[in-house]
Amino acid sequence: METGMDILDEVVSRDYQYGFVSDIEQEITPKGLSEDIVRLISNKKNEPEWMLEWRLKAYRHWLTMREPKWSNVHYPAIDFNDISYYAAPKVKTDAPLSLDDIDPEIRKTFDKLGISLIEQQRLSGIAVDAVFDSVSVATTFKAKLAEKGIIFCSMSEAVREHPELVKKYIGSVVPVSDNFYSALNSAVFSDGSFCYIPKGVRCPMELSTYFRINAKDTGQFERTLIVADEGSYVSYLEGCTAPMRDENQLHAAVVEIVAHKDAEVKYSTVQNWYPGDKNGVGGIFNFVTKRGICIGDNSKISWTQVETGSAITWKYPSVILKGDNSIGEFYSVAVTNNYQQADTGTKMMHIGKNTKSRIVSKGISAGKSQNSYRGLVKINKTATNARNFSQCDSLLIGDKCGAHTFPYLEVSNSNSMVEHEATTSKIGEDILFYCNQRGIPTEEAIALIVNGYCKEVMNQLPMEFAVEAQRLLSVSLEGSVG
Amino acid sequence: MLSINNLQASVEGKEILKGINLIVNSGEIHAIMGPNGSGKSTLASVLAGRSEYEVTGGEVVFEGKDLLEMSPEERSHEGVFLAFQYPVEIPGVSTANFLKTALNEVRKHRGEDQLDAMDFLKLMKEKAKLMDIELSFLQRSLNEGFSGGEKKRNEIFQMAMLNPKLSILDETDSGLDIDALKIVSNGVNSLRSKDNATIVITHYQRLLDYIIPDFVHVLYKGRIVKSGGKELALELESRGYDWVKDEAGE
Ligand SMILES: Nc1ncnc2c1ncn2[C@@H]1O[C@H](COP(=O)(O)OP(=O)(O)O)[C@@H](O)[C@H]1O
Ligand SMILES: [Mg+2]
Repeated sequence: METGMDILDEVVSRDYQYGFVSDIEQEITPKGLSEDIVRLISNKKNEPEWMLEWRLKAYRHWLTMREPKWSNVHYPAIDFNDISYYAAPKVKTDAPLSLDDIDPEIRKTFDKLGISLIEQQRLSGIAVDAVFDSVSVATTFKAKLAEKGIIFCSMSEAVREHPELVKKYIGSVVPVSDNFYSALNSAVFSDGSFCYIPKGVRCPMELSTYFRINAKDTGQFERTLIVADEGSYVSYLEGCTAPMRDENQLHAAVVEIVAHKDAEVKYSTVQNWYPGDKNGVGGIFNFVTKRGICIGDNSKISWTQVETGSAITWKYPSVILKGDNSIGEFYSVAVTNNYQQADTGTKMMHIGKNTKSRIVSKGISAGKSQNSYRGLVKINKTATNARNFSQCDSLLIGDKCGAHTFPYLEVSNSNSMVEHEATTSKIGEDILFYCNQRGIPTEEAIALIVNGYCKEVMNQLPMEFAVEAQRLLSVSLEGSVG
Repeated sequence: MLSINNLQASVEGKEILKGINLIVNSGEIHAIMGPNGSGKSTLASVLAGRSEYEVTGGEVVFEGKDLLEMSPEERSHEGVFLAFQYPVEIPGVSTANFLKTALNEVRKHRGEDQLDAMDFLKLMKEKAKLMDIELSFLQRSLNEGFSGGEKKRNEIFQMAMLNPKLSILDETDSGLDIDALKIVSNGVNSLRSKDNATIVITHYQRLLDYIIPDFVHVLYKGRIVKSGGKELALELESRGYDWVKDEAGE
């Protein structure tokens, strides 16, 4: 007999549609990590001496650290010597690539991902920096942005072309020693995007980075740095995919944002790394440190994330609210299905007066997955009149998955106000049958409920991204019930 | 329209329906009465295709098609509607949005275009008026925080929106005060036509003062033990179920 619960059990997997491998000549360093490897990476990138020294310091510090174990995720030990720390498509010269120089295979890959660089350039008005394995392969729209004094380029290029900016800001928000993965990233980061918006400039288009892991047994360690100078505004998008592989791959990125006085930065992520198959084999380990600082008064940083991929996600985009009246926001949808695990949330550190933060977290668990929200709201003595509002909702699909919330509060003054709301709902067999009875098939019913549930977060995404994210949500949950 | 022949069904290995026979023609209203636990909701669930109920024998033909072969959503598309005894709450989805999705699924099934927003709104206003429902009510999450009576009224509102061929109302009257009962009955009566049919499951004869049935059946221990006209309901009201049980051989 097929009972309702059996239907919920029937996990029909839909193939991860980004799971192809591109056949490109790669240059990959030998596996393992040592000072020599760090030197090699730095050398490959023609880095100045100070950058190499910075990396070596990070590496030496990393050697003294241990992997964190406090999160609510479980995975086999990672052998950090069984990973290649640098993989790059082979090219003739080391010079920054123009669109025409890109390997046609890579171009094809990005086309398959739906981000044809040329199309992007022509149609959508979004400037894209595409990172393929370790190397940034193209930055579109550069010229147009340069007119306004905006710098948007790969991190490697920034290190060479804008050393004074990089030197000033790199590691200023996420110090090398912040945590195990940020130290590792600092030692071996291969590429990423750099963005600087000068005083008073409103960036006229969305800036976007697309990350793609392709090579086997490699880790990807990008580093993104965004600096918004006084009174500027930028909206930044980040997307990511990877091929399907049986083994787990490591992704440990660092993103730093600096918002000066009156500046505003919106950072949106649609994370769709390969989640592993329906039996929990393979998938990306996604250990990411993202942090922004509202360093000037009246500044604002807003994180929006839609997390659907990765076998394991460990990620807490945070805001340090240093300037008076500054605002930090965190809008998150985290979906886990099958055997995925996510431990994600945010930290809001109130230091300045009248600082405000808003946290909206929507966790969705299906299959046998585990989904945890972990958040810290810390209000310093100096942060008089600070405000926080947190809303943490969990949605369970079926009864084999789990949702957990760990909200931490540290309030050191009495004139601040902190509000926390939390709900848990479940899409069970009774709700699905009700929808079916009204003519709505199960997959559509789940999409309907999930979209309603995530609306508040989706509304934060730029239009064209929201559509993509919504589609991704449905795909991730397809097969979560029979 | 509907022909149920020797239908048997069990849940968790326990036999609940033990051979139901029933014929419903278009234009008719049938009332099914019977003591608690006799299998009325089970019959409704089996007709709607709830998977935890296993059909162990018999057949059901709806409009010439084998109903038991169809998925719950196909049955709905074919025109079967169940007003639930215990409607569920769906967080984050408004009644309006829910019904728009449902209606468009039916239209898709029929090969029709999606209903545009204006036409949908017009239809919704018309039916809301019929059921004396405020439009603002329909913007709220489906059934979330609704009172028992509001949930039941919402069920009949959905029925009005979807315009089914066969409606099965499972104790829609329980929990309704007299005013709500009149509104619900009015709704059902005004939707009545020679092309559709209704099965009203109820405990009380009270509802049948407003929705006049053509036939009344008594379901007891998984069997229809007695059938008659509307006067049977009155008889049950005055004499209780015991005499039916006696006649059924207990
Ligand atoms: N999901 C279920 N699981 C176990 N037993 C059930 C289930 N649904 C109904 N039953 C049993 O079937 C019998 C008939 O129930 P039901 O059809 O709800 O009766 P009625 O609607 O006439 O009051 C009862 O004994 C009830 O306990
Ligand atoms: Mg019942």
